[in-house]
Amino acid sequence: MSADTKQNPITQNTITIDGQEIPFLAGQTIMDAALAAGVYIPHLCHRQGLTPHGSCKLCVVDIASRSASACTMPAVAGQQISNNTPALNEARKTITQMLFIEGNHICPSCEKCGDCTLQAMAYHLGMLGGHFPQFFQRREVDASHPTIMLDRDRCILCELCVRASREVDGKDVFAIAGRGINAHLVVNSVRGKLVDSDLETSDMAAHICPVGAILIKEHGYEVPIGQRTFDLHQVSEVGLEKTILTKVRQPDE
Amino acid sequence: MSKIRIATTSLAGCFGCHMSFLDMDERLVALLEHVEFNRSPFTDIKHCGPCDIGLIEGGVCNVENVHVLREFRENCKILIAVGACAINGGVPAMRNHFNLRECLEEAYVNGAGVENPQIPNDVELPLLLDKVHPIHDVVRVDYYLPGCPPSADEFLKILGDLLAGKEPSLPQNLLHYD
Amino acid sequence: MKNVSDADSNTAGTTGLIRPIIAKAYKESPHLLHVLYALQQQCLHISDEAVREVAAHLDLPTSQVDAVVEFYSFFHKIPRGRYDILFSNCTSCGYLAGGVDLMALLGQQLGIVAGNTRGDGLVSMGQTSCIGMCDHGAALLVNGMPIVSLDAAMIARIAALVEAETLLEDWPAGWFQVDDNIRVSGLLLKDDLTAGTGLRAMLALGAADTLSAIIQSGLRGRGGAGFSTGMKWQFCREAQGAAHYVVCNADEGEPGTFKDRVLLHSYADSLFEGMAVCAFAVGANQGYLYLRGEYRYLLPHLQSVLVRRRELGLLGVDILGQPGFSFDIGIVVGAGAYICGEESALIESLEGKRGIPRVRPPFPVTHGYLGQPTVVNNVETFIAAAHIVLRGSAWFRAVGTEKSAGSKILSISGDCAAPGIYEYPFGVTIRQVLNDCGAKDAQAVQVGGPSGMLIGSAEFDRRLDFGDLPTGGSLMVFSQARDLLAVIVNFAHFFAHESCGFCTPCRVGTVLLKNGLDKIAGGHGTQYDLDEMQRLVTLVKFRSHCGLGQTAANPILDGLQRFPQVFEQRLVQRDFEPHFDLDAALEDARQISHRDDAAAHIE
Repeated sequence: MSADTKQNPITQNTITIDGQEIPFLAGQTIMDAALAAGVYIPHLCHRQGLTPHGSCKLCVVDIASRSASACTMPAVAGQQISNNTPALNEARKTITQMLFIEGNHICPSCEKCGDCTLQAMAYHLGMLGGHFPQFFQRREVDASHPTIMLDRDRCILCELCVRASREVDGKDVFAIAGRGINAHLVVNSVRGKLVDSDLETSDMAAHICPVGAILIKEHGYEVPIGQRTFDLHQVSEVGLEKTILTKVRQPDE
Repeated sequence: MSKIRIATTSLAGCFGCHMSFLDMDERLVALLEHVEFNRSPFTDIKHCGPCDIGLIEGGVCNVENVHVLREFRENCKILIAVGACAINGGVPAMRNHFNLRECLEEAYVNGAGVENPQIPNDVELPLLLDKVHPIHDVVRVDYYLPGCPPSADEFLKILGDLLAGKEPSLPQNLLHYD
Repeated sequence: MKNVSDADSNTAGTTGLIRPIIAKAYKESPHLLHVLYALQQQCLHISDEAVREVAAHLDLPTSQVDAVVEFYSFFHKIPRGRYDILFSNCTSCGYLAGGVDLMALLGQQLGIVAGNTRGDGLVSMGQTSCIGMCDHGAALLVNGMPIVSLDAAMIARIAALVEAETLLEDWPAGWFQVDDNIRVSGLLLKDDLTAGTGLRAMLALGAADTLSAIIQSGLRGRGGAGFSTGMKWQFCREAQGAAHYVVCNADEGEPGTFKDRVLLHSYADSLFEGMAVCAFAVGANQGYLYLRGEYRYLLPHLQSVLVRRRELGLLGVDILGQPGFSFDIGIVVGAGAYICGEESALIESLEGKRGIPRVRPPFPVTHGYLGQPTVVNNVETFIAAAHIVLRGSAWFRAVGTEKSAGSKILSISGDCAAPGIYEYPFGVTIRQVLNDCGAKDAQAVQVGGPSGMLIGSAEFDRRLDFGDLPTGGSLMVFSQARDLLAVIVNFAHFFAHESCGFCTPCRVGTVLLKNGLDKIAGGHGTQYDLDEMQRLVTLVKFRSHCGLGQTAANPILDGLQRFPQVFEQRLVQRDFEPHFDLDAALEDARQISHRDDAAAHIE
C-alpha cells in the first residue's frame, strides 16, 4: 500500500464506486473518500472524526467479489467497488431488520422518532417490517442521571457513545460488556449507573446516539413530529450528521 | 365486475388504524365502488367469509387474538399487517419487559385505586399469552403497512395497487413508523 | 476447600477477603484474566464489589473489568457451587456422546437443573463448548479438571463424591488420566526434539538463514488458514516497532480438535524451541503462550518445562551464550471463549480485554500485541519450525504435496474404532484416514470442525491439503446411525454461544440460524423456514466481520447442499408454523388464573 502514496503526484489516486471515479488521499478509507466526494454509503456506526469501527455492517460494499466494510477498508488505487446495488441494499435491509428485532424499537413511543438514524436507514432501504421473529430481550433502563436518560432497549451497539466519550470528551463513560446476543452497553462508574459517571449534558457522548438509547431529559418533543430531521431530510444526504449534531447541541445545554 | 371483498379487525391494538382508514373521508365513496367489507368493525359482521384482503391491526396478546387471526388467514387470500402493533407488537408489546404475573398484579392487585384486588379468571375471558407478538410470529403475512397509524393515503396506495393487480409498494414519502 | 462461603458474599466484610486475594494473584501475575480467575476460584463468583476492587487495584476502568467478566464463560457474577461441573456439549466429547444424557442423569442425582447452582451452594452444573477430550468420549470439567470417558456408573459415583464433599484429590486418580492416544506418527510426532538441538542449529544458521529455511520449507500455518509461516515471520521482522512479540495460539477451541492438548502435554519442549526460533528470526524478546482455559490443567506441566528451559539456558538472557539473544515466554490462560482463537481477538484477550476481533488491516505482523509487530502461530506450526531449523527445509518439503509441504496432525473423533491423534503427510485421502481409524460405515465427515466442511461419502477420495480440504486438525466422523441434523443443530448452538457480538450479521444471524434450526429439528419447520435458512446463511457468511461469522453458517450450507433430506424429512407440510409454541405461551396465564379448561389451551 505504501507504493500508492509514492506514485507520481500528478496522477491522482482514485477508486471507482459504482462506475464513478473518486479521488482519495493516502490514509483515507473507502468511506472517507466516498463521503468527501458526496457519494453516500449507508452507515450507522460510522461518524467522521471518530475511529472507524466496522461493526454495524451497513456499509458493506463489494470490492471485486469480496465483501468489505467501507468505513474500515483503506482506499487502494484502482479498487472497483459496488455500493448502491439491489443485492447490497437487500443485504443492508436484512441487517437493519436484525437490528430492529434484537432490540425493542417501538417507534411510536420513542422521543427520537423522526430524528433516529436507524429509522431513517430503514426508510431509505424500504423496510416495511422487522421480518424475523422479535427477540423481545429485556434490557435495563437507567434513568438515574438528572439530565440524561439511557434506554438500552434501543441500543444498537454501534459504540458511537463509547468512542465519542473516549476520543472527543476525554472521558471513558461507556463500554460494551457481555458476549454475543447478550452484549450490552455498560456505564463506567462504581455502581454502573449513569448518575455516578462523569457524563455531562455538554458531552458529545450525550448527543451522538443515532437511536433513542441516550436522550437528553426535559427537552422532549421540542421539535414537533413532522418537522424533525428525517421528516425534512433523507439519511442519504451527505454531511447531514454535522447538521444534526449542531442542531441537537443547543447553546443553553 | 365483482367487488373486492375486504375484512378488517383489531387485535391487541387501539383501533387507531381503523380510524385512520376512515380518514379517507370522501375518497371512501370512490373506494366503495370497487370494494365491499366483510367481517369488520365497520360492518359488525362477526365472522369472516371468503375474502380477497384481510387487514389486521394490532398484535397478538391473547388466545382470542390467535383464533381471530387464524380465521382471517384461512379466509383471506391476502393478509396485510397494518400498523406498528401488528408489525412488531408495538406499544402493547412493551409489557414484554415484565412477566405476565407482574403485569396482572400491577393492574388488578397492587395498582393505585384498586378495590377488591383479584386477578380476573372468568372462563369468558381469553387467556393472555406470556408475551405480545407481531402477527407474523403466528401466521403467514403477505404485506406490511407500517405507521402508527398508517395514513389514509397509505391505505389507498396499497389497496389501489392491489386493485390494479400490481405488487403493492409504498413510496418513500409515505413510509413512516410513527 | 478454601472457598469463601456464599453467605459472606454480600456483607461488608467481603472487601477484607477480596483485597488479599486480588493482591496475591496480582503479585503472581498481573494479568486481568489471572486475577479474575483467582477471585472466581476462591469466591466462586466475581461480585460487583470484586469488579470495583480489581479495577482499583489494576488501575483499569470498572467498565473494562465488568466487560471482561461478562465476556468469558468461566467467570460468573452469580456464585457457582463449591463443585462446579461443566459438561462438554461437543458432538464427540459432549454429555450426549454415549447415547445417554449424562448431564440430565447427574442433574437428577444431585437435584439440580443445568445452568444453576444448588440452593446449598455445594454444586453447580452446566454445559460448555468442546473441552478437547474428543478421543475420550463424554467428558466434563470439575473445578477446571477434566474427567474423561464418562458413563452412567461414573456419574452416580461423581454424585456421591460431591454429596460427601470429598476433596478432588481423593477422587479416583484414574478419572483424571488424559491419554495422548497417538495412533499414527509422522514427521513431527516420531520423536520429540532434545531440548536445545533446534536452537543450536538455528544459531549456527543465523537469523537470516533461519528465516530462509522456514520460507523455503513451504511451512504454512497449521491453524487452518494456511498463510506462509516464513512470510509472516519476515513481515514481522521487517515491521518497525519498539518491541516484537511471538505469540503461540494454544486456544484450541474448534470442536473436535485436541491435537494441541497432546502437543502441549508431550511435545512442549519442541513448541518452546519453535517459539524461540521465531523470536530469533523476528527479533523478539518476549513471547506468550495463550492457553485455553479448558487446558488449565496443563499449566503446571508447561510452567515446569519453562523453568527447566531457563535452567538450561534455553530461555532468558543470552540464550545458549549468544550475546543479545534474550527471550522468555509467559503463559496467559484464557477463560472460555472460542473467539480468542482468532488471532486478533487473542491479542485483545492478551491485553486484558474482551476477545473482539480487530479490524484488519492492519494485521498483527505490523500492529499486534500492544500495537507492536507480532507473530501469532499455532502450536503445531512452531513445532514444525523447530524441526525445520534442525533438519532442513528439504527434509520437510520431501513430505506432503507441492503446495502443502510437510505433515498434518489430525484429531480424529466421533464414530470410529480408534479415535486419537494421526499424523499424515499432506495429501492423504479421507478414505485412507477413515480406514486407519476404523470408521466402517461413515456417512459424513466434518473436516476442520464446525467452521470447516461437512462432506459425504461421495467425496471420501478428496485429499487433506490446503488446495482441496484444508483443516486445522479436527476430523469428526459420523456413521450412518448418526442424526446429521442433530449434529448441525449442535454446531449452530455452538456458534450462537460463541459469537462475540461485535458485528450485526453474526451477533443476530447466528441466533436466528439457531432458532430456525431448532424449529425445524423440533418438527415445526416448514419450507418457508428452510428458505429463510438459505437466505440467512448467505448473509452471515459473506457479511460478517471475522472468521467466526464467516464460517458459522458452513455446517448449514454444507448440510443443505449435501444432505438436504435431513432437513426436508423433518419439515411439516404446511404453509406456515408459528415461531413460538402457542400453548406453552399460555402456561403462565393458566397457572395465574387456575384454569385448565379447553379454552385455556390452543393447538
